[in-house]
Amino acid sequence: MQLIKNKTVTDDNWNFISDGAALVKGDICVSLARWQQIKPELLSHTGKLGVRIGPADSVAELADDLPKLDLIELDFPDFADGRLFSHAWLLRGRYGFKGELRATGHFMPDQVFYLSRVGIDAFKPADSAYLPKVLENLHDFTVNYQQSIVN
Amino acid sequence: MYQYNLIDQTLVDQRVAQFRRQTEQYLNGELTEDQFRALRLRNGLYVQIHAPMLRVAVPYGLLSAQQLRKLAHIARTYDKSYCHLTTRQNVQFNWPKLEQVPDILAELATVQMHAIQTSGNCMRNTTTDPLAGVCIDEIEDPRPYCELIRQWTTLHPEFDYLPRKFKIAVSGAANDRAATQFHDIGVHLVKNDAGDIGFSILVGGGLGRTPVIGQVMRPYLEKKHLLSYLEAILRIYNLFGRRDNKYKARIKILVKETGLDSFTEMVEAEWQQIKDGMELDEQRISEIKGHFTAPDYDPTAPQDSSLAQQQAQHPDFATWYKHNTTDHKIPGYRAVYLSVKAPDVPPGDLTDSQLEAIADLAERYSFGEVRSTHRQNLVFADVKQADLFALWQQLDALHLATANIGTATDIICCPGLDFCSLANAGSIGITKEINAALDDMDYLHDIGDVKINISGCMNGCAHQSVGHIGILGVDKKGTEWYQITLGGSSENEAAIGERLGPAVAKDEVTQAITTILAVYVEQRQEEESFLAMVQRVGIDPFKEQVYATH
Repeated sequence: MQLIKNKTVTDDNWNFISDGAALVKGDICVSLARWQQIKPELLSHTGKLGVRIGPADSVAELADDLPKLDLIELDFPDFADGRLFSHAWLLRGRYGFKGELRATGHFMPDQVFYLSRVGIDAFKPADSAYLPKVLENLHDFTVNYQQSIVN
Repeated sequence: MYQYNLIDQTLVDQRVAQFRRQTEQYLNGELTEDQFRALRLRNGLYVQIHAPMLRVAVPYGLLSAQQLRKLAHIARTYDKSYCHLTTRQNVQFNWPKLEQVPDILAELATVQMHAIQTSGNCMRNTTTDPLAGVCIDEIEDPRPYCELIRQWTTLHPEFDYLPRKFKIAVSGAANDRAATQFHDIGVHLVKNDAGDIGFSILVGGGLGRTPVIGQVMRPYLEKKHLLSYLEAILRIYNLFGRRDNKYKARIKILVKETGLDSFTEMVEAEWQQIKDGMELDEQRISEIKGHFTAPDYDPTAPQDSSLAQQQAQHPDFATWYKHNTTDHKIPGYRAVYLSVKAPDVPPGDLTDSQLEAIADLAERYSFGEVRSTHRQNLVFADVKQADLFALWQQLDALHLATANIGTATDIICCPGLDFCSLANAGSIGITKEINAALDDMDYLHDIGDVKINISGCMNGCAHQSVGHIGILGVDKKGTEWYQITLGGSSENEAAIGERLGPAVAKDEVTQAITTILAVYVEQRQEEESFLAMVQRVGIDPFKEQVYATH
């Protein structure tokens, strides 16, 4: 699978671990609930760790754990739920997350310019056919009225 | 008025290019209906009964003569030669072709206009007092702050997918002419005990299905914190506003369910974390103020002696002067309302030739600028007293001088069932009937200040719940019925109208309205306005008469 990271097409080496599934070797990304349930086990895992956030999650609960994480996935159930835009802004800005902040799921390629301005640096749309559009649309505007959280 | 710099122009041009691409992709089947819907709404494009409808932003209601001419050109070239003024001081075209909308937006961009965020679940056009900068009761001109808010809200990356639409209004005067108590956020310029001017911030007001009067959440905010405070409110709303039910998704419901105190605590806590990084410095504020300096007023204007004579010789002119012009802070000047409520025309509709003529008159008599009002009229803000007679004659020839501003035929009216896909009932037809019934101007002026607002459905685009008389169209088993409310107001003494009784049938609405007005004329005390009488006696005397014949 491929994704866009730092405005280039890259291979995705992370393993998506759904809530019922067993952990696997390598770099793994789990839900926030799973992270909270089995944090000690996950911390002894060899490989990088990521946590998946949904719109209804509270990112403040993850703030203290951010140094232990290399990836946070912001998983869009649909493009209209704008809470993830604020979650990204908080993670990147207030809580100072330095790792990969990845939009996944059902965001629109037409939203990626905004998403990049709130701190998201990787995009993995549900449909990989969208990848060329994601790349193109990252350049929709060269001017802004608001500060970007990453500048 | 504000003039675009290179950044503003580039942003609007790039937005046009983006929407052109989105439209092409939609027409090629590369965007789904749902996706394109969200994108087109954020560019003002609705799909209505007959055709798409394009809502063009008029930031805080200010238009130049050049912009009016462009609107005329668009009406003629892309529409059926007219446009419509909305209650957010915007302009709507009812008949554009979807595939031509990117071209229309490109035309608008050439005169520093756009349709960004005029619909959709995002921050909408900021509105204000149509008499800003010229009225006699002003604490400070609100327009520079409106422009700062315009820029901050435009293409805000974090807040473009809110739970629901979000509306901000700013008032700088003692009398609220911007309905700020019925906005998601109302901003009032106020003076504190130390004599400094800042903002009072109201939150949680709104109309629509659940009308709510906004509450003060911060009595005084220093000017430099305006944008950080707005950002704190928006972040809390974006994170915690309900998304499970669109009818409970406005911030008014969040404020109500959370409680004003707890909501305020959440916002203040958020604000503490961002305020120091977002201060507006004095230089930024004065730079924007530099776009709203007073025009070159004629110091000899008060020396005019023609007005009294013209009033004496031309009673129609005197009547128009009394009802359609208002005090100006500069001696020798008046602000003039152009009534877009001629009896035989849908309220707020303007033709291409009227728009062009208004542009010419604005250049001749009012420094080339026009304002739109939330009651769907226009204002020439700076007319010399000596020019009023000539202006009146020309406005009269254009059917823009009906002396009915603030009277019972100055009706706010939505497009209703004739145009709108949401409507349950007609509204333009009712307005016409009421106009016909109140065609005696002496009677109309005797009744005086009565605000009638008519919406064709409970979404309430015409603000019926705050009309002195509100009329709401409802559907009863496929026929159009109308609920009447009395006693609403969107001004300082904000109030939500009380229901008079059961809905009345379409052919009985006008009779009901004339009965209500007759009860007022019969039972009013000396100098008592309609609203004051309703507040004094309640709805019962009106109810008895309206339902007596049923």
